[in-house]
Amino acid sequence: MDVRALSGRAAADITIAAAASGQLSAADTRIHPETLRYQADVAEQHGNPELAGNLRRAAELALLPDAEVLAIYEALRPHRCTLTELDAIAARLQDAGARRCAALVREANQVYQQRHLTA
Amino acid sequence: MSAGDRWRRFEVLSQRPVNSDGFAAENPELGLIAISSPYDPQPSLVLGADGRIVELDGKPEGAFDVIDAFIARHGIDTYIAPAAMARPDIEIARMLTDPSVSRSEIVVLARGMTPAKLARIVALLRPPELLIAIAKMRVRRTPSIQAHITNRADDPLLLAADAAAAVAFGFRELETTVPVLGDAPSNAVALLIGSQVGRPGALTQCSVEEATELDLGMRSLTTYAETVSLYGTEQVFTDGDDTPWSKAFLASAYASRGLKMRVTSGAGAEVLMGAAERKSMLYLESRCVSLARALGAQGVQNGGIDGASVAGSVPGGMRELLAENLLVMMHGLESCSGNDTLVSESDLRRAAHTVPLALTGSDFIFSGFGAVAAYDNMFGPSNFNADDVDDYLVMQRDWEIDGGLRPVTERAALEVRERAASAVQAVYRDLGLADYSDEQVAAAVAAHGSEDLSDADPAAVPGAATRILQRGIGGIEVAASLSRCGFGAEAERVLGMLRERVKGDYLQPAAIFDDQMRVLSKVTDPNDYSGPGTGYVISQQRRAEIAAIRQQRQVPELAAGKAQDNSRVRLDDIGPAVAGSDPAEVVIGVSPAFGRPLSVTLSGISCAAALAELVGGIEQAGGTARVVRVASTVDLGRIGLTAAQLSGSGVGIGLQAKGTAVVHRSDLAPLANLELLSTAPLITRSMYRELGRNAALRTRGLEPTAMRNPYTSQAITARYHARTVAMVAVERQCAEPGAKPVELRVGWADEEG
Repeated sequence: MDVRALSGRAAADITIAAAASGQLSAADTRIHPETLRYQADVAEQHGNPELAGNLRRAAELALLPDAEVLAIYEALRPHRCTLTELDAIAARLQDAGARRCAALVREANQVYQQRHLTA
Repeated sequence: MSAGDRWRRFEVLSQRPVNSDGFAAENPELGLIAISSPYDPQPSLVLGADGRIVELDGKPEGAFDVIDAFIARHGIDTYIAPAAMARPDIEIARMLTDPSVSRSEIVVLARGMTPAKLARIVALLRPPELLIAIAKMRVRRTPSIQAHITNRADDPLLLAADAAAAVAFGFRELETTVPVLGDAPSNAVALLIGSQVGRPGALTQCSVEEATELDLGMRSLTTYAETVSLYGTEQVFTDGDDTPWSKAFLASAYASRGLKMRVTSGAGAEVLMGAAERKSMLYLESRCVSLARALGAQGVQNGGIDGASVAGSVPGGMRELLAENLLVMMHGLESCSGNDTLVSESDLRRAAHTVPLALTGSDFIFSGFGAVAAYDNMFGPSNFNADDVDDYLVMQRDWEIDGGLRPVTERAALEVRERAASAVQAVYRDLGLADYSDEQVAAAVAAHGSEDLSDADPAAVPGAATRILQRGIGGIEVAASLSRCGFGAEAERVLGMLRERVKGDYLQPAAIFDDQMRVLSKVTDPNDYSGPGTGYVISQQRRAEIAAIRQQRQVPELAAGKAQDNSRVRLDDIGPAVAGSDPAEVVIGVSPAFGRPLSVTLSGISCAAALAELVGGIEQAGGTARVVRVASTVDLGRIGLTAAQLSGSGVGIGLQAKGTAVVHRSDLAPLANLELLSTAPLITRSMYRELGRNAALRTRGLEPTAMRNPYTSQAITARYHARTVAMVAVERQCAEPGAKPVELRVGWADEEG
């Protein structure tokens, strides 16, 4: 498979020459969402649909900046956010095309209400 | 008379190391129970009209805690569940040990089972059955092993040197952590560099607080993550500042950057936190493992993690830890199998914990063999540490198992250590992180641990760590710097790890890279064990590698020995030996190879000195000594008897090159004797002298008290049998069956005098 990084650079073109001349940026060594979806299919074919689900959520997150991913993780920890705040995060994810992650946050919100884990 | 109230034996027993360990009576109220608590739920699963799970292990939906709720929504295949839950526990337990039932068949069934059901099934397995089940159920065919690489000082030179040495020994994952959180970026960089010296592909991790660990991964300073902790009760889970949903998100966050990730659980954590809800450790762990699969993790670290000694304190604890590993495998996940906490002060007991799993193999037999000095292990000492490497290598060789390690020569280890520490020195200078001197590099290369380092600038590491974060230094910058500094191979390998992140093949369960950068995983290297002759087989090449421990010697070297003294003797043949007539005579018969080519006894005394002492003793007691060689046999009794038959007094001494000596008399049967010093490795010079004296006294009809063999509690056969076999082989080569005894002229050449 001709694998490309998030930036579009072919994996084979991730070279020392490119690194040494400052041509490689972080996006050149980040995984592409298509690759994650492919790996999700492999996981599914090998009997692990849960891993596949994780990798498909990851494919959505692959496009988000590091800081945003870290922020959403922090928001999902216990007693960090109100119901409204979690709803807003879910909506933002949905708008960004991250529908699986949005569903995860909505589901968390529902359980957090029942188990008193919101802020 | 009263017997008193002490048996001295109990005083001795009380001082044994195992009695420093703490043992607790089972106490289900506190969760101090390994495998089956009376409060563990009956397995149950009820589906609602819409197919939703409305009851799980005796709990109705309304009472689900966060763990139940996540498992019910994501962790049970409700299509398979009704049939799977209906199967008797014992039937599934038997399938686990039945070679004709495939791994995948069981993994499919497990998808439809609740945590309580799975816990009950593995609880039915006795230890050898657990081992058979693990041999079949582990997901990767090729076993592997992880190392802990840390030090008290967070010294990057030592971290890199120890990482490189660990890779040389065969470790394929290296985990570091920090005594000081702020140092983490520096440790990650040092480990990344050291891990790619010598051969490519070892994965590296820096275990810190979850958000920081993710950040390091995103900066591409690490290549996998493991410190994603799960707990079996809601209280402890949320005290740990997470929920199953935040962990699920975290798992996706790692994968979104192409990073391998596994979760961590394991018995005892809930008990230590005082919130085990009266459940057994195995049941709580089964919840963790079901949750791990539910949230899409590729693997689990459990079975002897931080709480291992809690399990170890109660009956069945060690069996419970092994059962945890099996649970992970039944879910089709990578098992990183613990053994990473020192579970006992007793060497016997800690070995007894590790050996069963090492024999059967696992994806990672250790989730942290302490590959550094135990005092430098910032996770706390592991169950095996750097000092135990030779024991582990010998164990592999003894059992012909692949424990993941290989012998390394001191020279080869020094080469990679030097290269790794120099690379870190160069990169830290090149990137303006810190300036380490050549002396500091040399000290790190030679060090067993951080105690061997001189005091470094305490600000160097935190300074370097801060600059790494501030300047956004990641894997690309490290690779470019290595290249600029002349470490081309390491630069290429660090970049190679980044390339693998883009490819993502190592996100599949149980992935490691071999040293040709091939991914070995559940997908590319699936375990296909189905009984003898199947599954992982050690190749001839790998067997040779495991066999070639550096302590192994060939016969000539074993037979040669090294004398403690400089005594020499020349033994010249002067013709056939004849029977003597002197009634005070004691004839000493020496063995075929005595003196030449064999010149050192097992005790390290030269053959010359042993003979000199015998002669001296005989003469001291008024006797006359004569020396003959009995080349016809290697048997000491026959040598002694032959000497006695040549002796004018009828008393003779037999002496082998290895030092064993016998006093014989001409009228006795060959295997009888008057005195025998049989424990050659323990015989001293004065004992040979006394034996000679006794022999001379016997010529006069006296009966001196026979000497007692010295005794030791050392493993004397382990120490000396390899040498004994080699020396006997040489004696046998020199023997000439049917040869007549030969008179020897003895020429002393004592270089001491």
